[in-house]
Amino acid sequence: MNISFREWTKSGSPWVWLNAGAVAICIIMVIGLLALIAVRGLSHFWPADIMQANSTVNGSTTQLIGEVVQSEDVPTIQLREAGNDLPGDQEFMVRSLIKIGNRDVNRADFTWSIDYYLSDREYPEMLFAAERREWGNFYGYLRALKENGNVVGSYDGYDKTAEYEALWNDFENRVERALDIQEDIYQIEKHRIGAINYELERLRLKGRALELDGVTDQSRYDELENRRNELNAEYEGLQQELLDLYTLFNRDSYVAEVANGQQIEISLSKVVRIFRPNNMGFVEKIGHYFAKLWEFVSEDPREANTEGGIFPAIFGTVMMVILMSILVTPFGVVAAVYLREYAKQGFVTRLIRIAVNNLAGVPSIVYGVFGLGFFVYFLGGNIDDLFFPEAKPSPTFGTPGLMWASLTLALLTVPVVIVATEEGLSRIPRAVREGSLALGATKFETLWRVVLPMASPAMMTGVILAIARAAGEVAPLMLVGVVKLAPSLPLDGNYPYIHLDQKFMHLGFHIYDVGFQSPNVEAARPLVYATALLLVAVIALLNLSAIAIRNHLREKYKALEM
Amino acid sequence: MTTDNSSAIPDLDFNTASAKRSRKFRALKDKIASSLIGFGGISVIIAILLIFFYLLYEVQPLFNSAKIHQWQDNEQAVEAYPAPGEGETLYLTLEEQAEIGLRVTDLGQMNFFNSRTGAMMKQVQADIPAGASVTSFALASESSRIFALGLSNGQALVFKHEYKSEYPDGKRVITPSVSYPLGEAPIDVADTSLDLLAINGEESDFLLVGGGKNDLNAAALTLSESLFGDEVEIETDNQHLPELNIDATKVLLMPDRRWILIAGNNGKVAVLDLRNSEGPAVSQLLDATDGSITTFDLLLGGNALLLGNDLGKVSQWFLVRDDQNLWQLTKIREFEGADAPLVDLTTEHRRKGFATVDTDNTLRIYNSTAHRTALSEKLSDKPIDMIAFAPRANALLTEQDNMLTLYKIENEHPDVSWSALWEEVWYEGYDEPKYIWQSSAANNDFEPKYSLMPLAFGTLKAAFYAMLLATPLAICGAIYTAYFMVPTLRRKVKPFIELMEALPTVILGFLAGLWLAPFMEDNLPGIFTCLIIVPLAVVAFGFSWAQLPQKIRFMIPDGWDALLLIPVIILTTLFGLSVSSGVESILFGGDMRAWITDDLGISYDQRNALVVGIAMGFAVIPTIFSITEDAIFAVPKHLSFGSLALGASPWQTLTRVVLPTASPGIFSAVMIGMGRAVGETMIVLMATGNTPIMDMNIFEGMRTLAANIAVEMPESEVGSSHYRILFLAAFVLFLFTFAVNTLAELVRQSLRKKYGSL
Repeated sequence: MNISFREWTKSGSPWVWLNAGAVAICIIMVIGLLALIAVRGLSHFWPADIMQANSTVNGSTTQLIGEVVQSEDVPTIQLREAGNDLPGDQEFMVRSLIKIGNRDVNRADFTWSIDYYLSDREYPEMLFAAERREWGNFYGYLRALKENGNVVGSYDGYDKTAEYEALWNDFENRVERALDIQEDIYQIEKHRIGAINYELERLRLKGRALELDGVTDQSRYDELENRRNELNAEYEGLQQELLDLYTLFNRDSYVAEVANGQQIEISLSKVVRIFRPNNMGFVEKIGHYFAKLWEFVSEDPREANTEGGIFPAIFGTVMMVILMSILVTPFGVVAAVYLREYAKQGFVTRLIRIAVNNLAGVPSIVYGVFGLGFFVYFLGGNIDDLFFPEAKPSPTFGTPGLMWASLTLALLTVPVVIVATEEGLSRIPRAVREGSLALGATKFETLWRVVLPMASPAMMTGVILAIARAAGEVAPLMLVGVVKLAPSLPLDGNYPYIHLDQKFMHLGFHIYDVGFQSPNVEAARPLVYATALLLVAVIALLNLSAIAIRNHLREKYKALEM
Repeated sequence: MTTDNSSAIPDLDFNTASAKRSRKFRALKDKIASSLIGFGGISVIIAILLIFFYLLYEVQPLFNSAKIHQWQDNEQAVEAYPAPGEGETLYLTLEEQAEIGLRVTDLGQMNFFNSRTGAMMKQVQADIPAGASVTSFALASESSRIFALGLSNGQALVFKHEYKSEYPDGKRVITPSVSYPLGEAPIDVADTSLDLLAINGEESDFLLVGGGKNDLNAAALTLSESLFGDEVEIETDNQHLPELNIDATKVLLMPDRRWILIAGNNGKVAVLDLRNSEGPAVSQLLDATDGSITTFDLLLGGNALLLGNDLGKVSQWFLVRDDQNLWQLTKIREFEGADAPLVDLTTEHRRKGFATVDTDNTLRIYNSTAHRTALSEKLSDKPIDMIAFAPRANALLTEQDNMLTLYKIENEHPDVSWSALWEEVWYEGYDEPKYIWQSSAANNDFEPKYSLMPLAFGTLKAAFYAMLLATPLAICGAIYTAYFMVPTLRRKVKPFIELMEALPTVILGFLAGLWLAPFMEDNLPGIFTCLIIVPLAVVAFGFSWAQLPQKIRFMIPDGWDALLLIPVIILTTLFGLSVSSGVESILFGGDMRAWITDDLGISYDQRNALVVGIAMGFAVIPTIFSITEDAIFAVPKHLSFGSLALGASPWQTLTRVVLPTASPGIFSAVMIGMGRAVGETMIVLMATGNTPIMDMNIFEGMRTLAANIAVEMPESEVGSSHYRILFLAAFVLFLFTFAVNTLAELVRQSLRKKYGSL
């Protein structure tokens, strides 16, 4: 023995080890958390195999088709207490959560099953999964394809034959066709009809504004009326076009056999994607994976945000953050420059500095309350009275929206920018300033040409940190402008292109909303992990770049000081 | 370069016109810039400070006293006018907009009049049977607008005053009318003259109680539509009530039509129970007050009695269930007044408030829940006989000497007071005073419960559990990182843990709510096992490491121990979790959750304080870690070198030299961490059930001030008491964090000064 336990304890080593343990635990927690989000978030897009099994409970056998999502050990006693008739020789039993999909048939997407009850597990290659626009995923065997209600191809077996492959190819082509039509419909509905509706609303407001101004000149009203008639005519035309497209869209349908031999027919207009995971090779699965990943970041959400993509949330977050940084940068920098370069240093500046520092620690919800009361109701209400009387009683700026959210977050993050910029300014050696002043430059010229360029990396750091904070902040946004589902993006082709008064979607709020307010939390959970992963990645990236810039800045001034 | 061409340089004239202009321009530019920057800087700072003042501005109206002045129309005070109609006033009231008044007189007249001018708009004469006269009046409730007249022949007439608003030509026109909810025919209540009368009921069931001073009858009426729907049939069921011999002066009937309250002589009050198993019986006869009872009314909702006496005191009573499960009329609180006898009392139609006048002509407006006197003002020199509130409590009609005067009342937030916010309040329907937060409910006569205590308690509870986890981990970690860790590793570890600080709390909250909470519920014994065995394993590993031959130990120099421990801790944790089920079966009979609820008698929520503590601790660790690490690292090295040179061990140096020097910094780190934990919103919102309970139990949830704001603010009506109380909650949070952070900052600054001198 090198050292007795007593000696070892006396030297204080156990405490040192415990301290080391604390660091280790912190590191494990961070890595574990990131790994948990990454694994759960990324695995969601991988096509899971579809299992088929017989479940025998109390003598009656039913068929289960679905993906095994999760398995856990449960004490047999607990299961027995829940009313299951189980043999007593095992202390634990495996219980699995199975995604059975077909919500229109099964009423629920998920079911728990004790593995003991399951027999004849197999993974038939013929099973296919269809992602749909409603009722969640579909699992089953393809039985027939129909065009206008007439069967154009059918297959009855469970084996993979050439006949079946032909039917499947036809199926894929028809889904492809339906998706193309859907794209056209989307273009018309979202963009062309959207634009018409938008202009009609603007015409209505114009007319109301004329009335309010007391304009009696009938010709101006007629002008509006003419335009309105034109738009209505255009609308009628588009409506007809849509009607035709919908007829084409609804042409095909498929018949499939689901668990327990039941056959159901589903229109292809409801289908987003079909695939046979059990039949896919590794490469195909990777292709599928990236297709899903791309869908996730580029598409609109479906089914109450529990399926599809999160593009509007990404877009909303980015818009809000950009607006916020446009607001926060000049103000933060000016305040810092004032405090450091212009204000007389003394008790008051010290007090202000402490106050600014502390505001960074004030809970974000307080800023939200302030934003709602002051910006939305007070400022927004007055703006509406002054500039948008025609839209009353519905508020334009007197309601939570993008502008107020950006402004609130700008206020929330302005201390960060001030503190960072001030730090940068204080690091610039006096000699540099004095040199500039000695050469005859005015104070402003010194500031503009010498000091600010040198402090710019510090400002950058401040702004990046501000952005990182703003991107992850949710609580104040819940009060000043974020919504679970925004009908349109805050930036589009309709004049005035940027709609600052609109509500928007946000990644952080999306996590909260889908994870906690969604009717189908179980189905939405993987998507929430994926969203969280995206948000963490963005914020970590921003922070790392801020750290890199800070280090670079320090190096730079080290050279200067020598 | 040579200097010969120096002679070629012309004499520089710095005073040419263009140079002067340029200088002037530059000077001007400089001036403009400095004033702009000054202006910008100051305005940004003001904007930041604005938060403080704006919150205060929104909160401040809560504590304003009420105001009363004569009603003004077009800046012209509305003068008193003679009471319209003939006879003595039995009842006065106003309609929703306070435009029309109603005066019911003892001649059976219902006079609707313009409340500003007194001009008669409509007069309805009750159809009083020949030979009979009006002897009493009863009001069901202000909000139901149903009232009854008792007649000398033992019959009663029931009316309802109604108003219809129309907008011909965009202008509001209100038409008053009288309807007969129980038909136009008189209803037989008693055989004797109805000197006393009470009515209550709704839709198709009504109860009238009336009779002489010591001889009361109850008449229950049931309305049923006949088969063809055009006629209403009324079924009457009369019942004689027990005699009391207290010379009753007023009778009240509660809305449940079970309890009758009777005011008698010498401050006596009797309670009659109509649903006693052996028929109507006196359940209580008590000496409620000194002096004699002058006013006797039910508060909004009809569950609380307001009793005023000739000593100027008003007391509030309601039925409370006692130990034997019997309902007892109990005095809840008494309201301050002057010594002058009370003349009249009227209740607000929408809030738990009321107003009184006494013989000194002083009007007092109270709120019952807040136990607050919102106003106390002498209105005139002439005696006031009667007062009446408008439904919105924004106007008051007084009668004095047959003259009516309309007053305007500004009393926006009577329901808030220090005691309502921070002290225990005895709410209607509760057995005892309690701290309760319940801001809204479905029904209109709901008593809002605005106690901030459960929220403040929840906030501190969440912060406490978070700090319990975060403080030891963060401080110990910081000590190791700053003092023992090798610099190369420190440079990596520190930014890494600081990166955690930037992690959005919504993600932590989501993981806590959706992953950690169910995980913990399943592995509760495992978690507690880990808490015990992980530190043991760390120490055990340290000791065994010390036993290893030097050859192996020197392969990994000092300061890398933390990395060695990572696999140890992971393996121990996995082991702890894997034995979870085993421990559960051995110690807790297979189900720890059931064991906690059944054997310990503690309720268990899935989203509880333990989950919040871990998740929020996680959010707070980087803050505390970072500042503590800085403080320890900033301790001048020569101090510790000196100590080590004198033979102290590293641990002794740390505890005796380094930590005492850095302790103010560590204190400020804990303070700032605390500030963050108190204000955190998303984690508590997602990881607790958000129930505002006051219980320190670690297995139950809580609701914090911040989460409460996030939940209720979007639905709160702008300018309402609720809205302002939420602002108050934000203000409290603001002040708390600001104070804590300022304290921490001051400590840090003084610390910095100290190090500067070392």
